[in-house]
Amino acid sequence: MIEILGRPLDTSRYMALLDDNSCGGRCIFEGRVRTHNLGKEVAALSYECYEPMAMRQMEALRGLAMGRFSLRKAVLAHRIGPVPMGEVAVWIGVASVHRDEAFAACRFLIDEVKLKVPIWKRETYSSGNW
Amino acid sequence: MKIRVLYFANLRDLFGCSEEDISLQTGATLESLAQELSRRVPDLAGQIQSLAWGVNLELAPIGTALRDGDEVALLPPVSGGLA
Repeated sequence: MIEILGRPLDTSRYMALLDDNSCGGRCIFEGRVRTHNLGKEVAALSYECYEPMAMRQMEALRGLAMGRFSLRKAVLAHRIGPVPMGEVAVWIGVASVHRDEAFAACRFLIDEVKLKVPIWKRETYSSGNW
Repeated sequence: MKIRVLYFANLRDLFGCSEEDISLQTGATLESLAQELSRRVPDLAGQIQSLAWGVNLELAPIGTALRDGDEVALLPPVSGGLA
C-alpha cells in the first residue's frame, strides 16, 4: 500500500496492514521532523510533491522491494505540506518470513525514497533564513 | 508544439510560477527545452546540470524527443531529507 497525504499519517492503520501470520519479522522506519538542520534551529518544515510521479515511483519501489526481499507486506507513506516538529513525515513498514529480509528491505526503501521520489523539503529557520 | 513545464522547489522562485506552457519547434528535445529555459532565466545555468527531468511522469534522459502535449518536470535533487 502506498499513500501520500497532506494530513497526519495514520500509522496504526499502516501497522495493521502488515499483519500476516506467516511473517516472523517486521521492520518499521519512521522519519520525523527534527529540530535542527545544518546546525540551525528549524522553525517550520513543509514538503512539496510532484504527486502523480511520486505515486508512480513509490509504487515501483514497493514492487521492486517485494520481489527483491521476498516480502509478504510493504507499506510506504509520505506526508506532504506543513509537518510540525516531531511528527512523522515518512513511514515505511515491511513484513517478511525471516528478519534479514525485513531489515534489508526497510533500509533499501527509505534510502531509495529519499533519493528517487520527487518530494522536496523546505525548512524555515528560526533566524528567518531559508 | 506546446509543452507543459512544471517547476519544483527553488525553481518556482526562479521562474516565478509553478508551471507554464512553452512553445517549441516540432522535433525539439529536452536539451532544446533546457536551452530555451536557460535563455529565459540565465540564473538557471548554475543548477541545470544537477536537474533530473521527468517526461509524462517518467525520468527521461536529456536527449529525449518531445511531443505536443507532453508534461515535462524539472526536478532538483531530492536528497537531504530526513536522515
